Amino acid sequence: MELPKLPIGDVVEIIVDWIEMYFSWLLDAISTGLRVLVSGFEDLLLAIPAPVLIVLISVLVWFVTRHDLKMTILTALGLLLIWDLGLWELSMLTVVLVLIATVIALALSIPIGIAAARSDTLNTILRPFLDFMQTMPSFVYLIPAVIFFGLGSVPGIIATVIFAMPPALRLTTLGIRQVPVELIEVADAFGATPRQKLFKVQLPVALPTIMAGVNQCIMLALSMTVIASMIGAGGLGYQVLVGIQRVDIGMGFEAGLAIVILAIIFDRITQNLVPKYGSK
Amino acid sequence: MEGFVIVEIVCSGDPPESEPIIRVQDLTKVFGHDPEKALKLHRLGRSKKEVYDETKATIALHNVSFEVMRGETFVLMGLSGSGKSTLLRCINRLIDPTEGKIEIDGVEIVGMDHEELRHIRRHKLGMIFQNFALLPQRNILDNVAFGLEIMGVSKDERNQRAEEVLEMVGLGGYGSSMPSELSGGMKQRVGLARALTSDPDILLMDEAFSALDPLIRRDMQDELLELQERLGKTIIFVTHDLDEALKLGTRIALMKDGSIVQIGTPEEILTNPENAYVEKFVADVDLTRVLTAKDVMRRPEPVAQCTAGPRVALHLMEEHDISMIFVITRHRILRGFVTLEDTVSAVKEGKNLSDILRTDVATVAPDATIPDILSLIVQSNHPLPVVDENGRMHGLVSRASILAALARKGGEA
Repeated sequence: MELPKLPIGDVVEIIVDWIEMYFSWLLDAISTGLRVLVSGFEDLLLAIPAPVLIVLISVLVWFVTRHDLKMTILTALGLLLIWDLGLWELSMLTVVLVLIATVIALALSIPIGIAAARSDTLNTILRPFLDFMQTMPSFVYLIPAVIFFGLGSVPGIIATVIFAMPPALRLTTLGIRQVPVELIEVADAFGATPRQKLFKVQLPVALPTIMAGVNQCIMLALSMTVIASMIGAGGLGYQVLVGIQRVDIGMGFEAGLAIVILAIIFDRITQNLVPKYGSK
Repeated sequence: MEGFVIVEIVCSGDPPESEPIIRVQDLTKVFGHDPEKALKLHRLGRSKKEVYDETKATIALHNVSFEVMRGETFVLMGLSGSGKSTLLRCINRLIDPTEGKIEIDGVEIVGMDHEELRHIRRHKLGMIFQNFALLPQRNILDNVAFGLEIMGVSKDERNQRAEEVLEMVGLGGYGSSMPSELSGGMKQRVGLARALTSDPDILLMDEAFSALDPLIRRDMQDELLELQERLGKTIIFVTHDLDEALKLGTRIALMKDGSIVQIGTPEEILTNPENAYVEKFVADVDLTRVLTAKDVMRRPEPVAQCTAGPRVALHLMEEHDISMIFVITRHRILRGFVTLEDTVSAVKEGKNLSDILRTDVATVAPDATIPDILSLIVQSNHPLPVVDENGRMHGLVSRASILAALARKGGEA
């Protein structure tokens, strides 16, 4: 006897068709907006000569890491290597994609995370969605992204946003829920309004945890932009993809190395954005 | 045991004025989904355990009533789970009571809306927490200024006020430190300063010194007493430590299972425990720290009047089989003492008592504690006179009288 196959795939297709039919105006607007944003940002970064930008980024690292000389020098050397390998333009496109995707992901996940911290119901509803988003193989996001937004960097950003959101959302919720009860009582006992409680007690105390979420978000965004090269999002990922297609180990390795360098710089900057309490 | 003088312990701090500032009436708090049902069952005579098994609701407070007078330190004491912290949190409504009334300065706060409640919390109530609860990302100054910041006071003004209060609690100059750089005792001073900055009438202190080690705790208690004397706040102090309650409390409410078992001054609780539970609680108290010279002294006799002759003094010493006797005036002012040997020779040579009077006598104050007395008494081979600041002699303490008093109080409790 053969078990009848549930038409889950068909249902998903119907939903996708329906969205495309009725929301194409919205999809178009998002698509155009993002495309303009990406090219504008990319043009801006490329308008700055590479050596100048390398100095600027190194100075940023110097201040953010509170005068960590080793990290500053490594940053400068790493970026020089990327420039030397001829991967500068591709790297800047990757940086643009990662930053835009991260900003959008954070703009969505932090407010939702705050809301979920305050409402058990919302938290319970969100949990399965988040599990789903985190465990679904990242390639799968590429399919609806392509259907709705075609090929190119825009669907790449959309897929990246979806993939990078869950940890930032979860850690925001966790951070706020982990604020000690006594500190919440302090806010209440001193007559804080709910808004004052959020901004003066909950968010500041939860900030290290939220920043860990931001860090995760950026790292995931970086890995996803590489995968998104399969649907035509440019950047270093595309170079890796070409390396695979041509079985060109050298090319793939160089692009991979550039990605690692970017990842380390992103990681160190975001990890040091919040001072550790007590150690000045 | 005749010959013991029972004297009231006079508490430090001003006596409470008669006007109540907080009035709690029939306060009940049930944690759980169906408080009505839980209370109904409880009123039908089921125990709290049975009520919990049936409804999964915990009756944390049941029909608690008391008044706190303006300027007094009212101690809520009990073991953990007795409801003392819940009761404290009902007063500023961090916990909403299920039933009952709470009036602060004649204003009913149960059922008050959020806006009014915030006003009361900002201006009338300050709270101090067991684990200090300082905001870790703020420096000390910003922590202390927190209450004023919430009220919307300008930065300059609140920082200035915070500096003043930090100075008052002995932490001037620590404003820019972070909480993690401070010791426990210092953190709790910051907690105290934070509560005092908005100048509330009432301080709610939740096991405020319980997390500190014993020596620091004693210092903080002394400082609180001193501060209280200067500022005259009304304090509600939660503790599980009877020694602390006896030291700080103007009055103590002893709690058990969500009800108040006895309310009274420390002396009343110690000497007149209302039921077996209070007695048992009191039995554990370290009496050497509660009792003072007044409590352990015996009647000042025999003594010789300074107008009497050496023969009278000699007779008294022979009669009581002692080798020295204290000499006092008609108004019981201590003049000194005479020894048996000197008196015998004075009788032979026809001298007066004043000729052989020795004035190098160690005395103890009426409120000296037992450890203080013991350190003096071990160096002395005669009883010590208890003398007040006017030089009047109230009694005598000896090793035997201390032991007898401890045994008596211990056995009684």
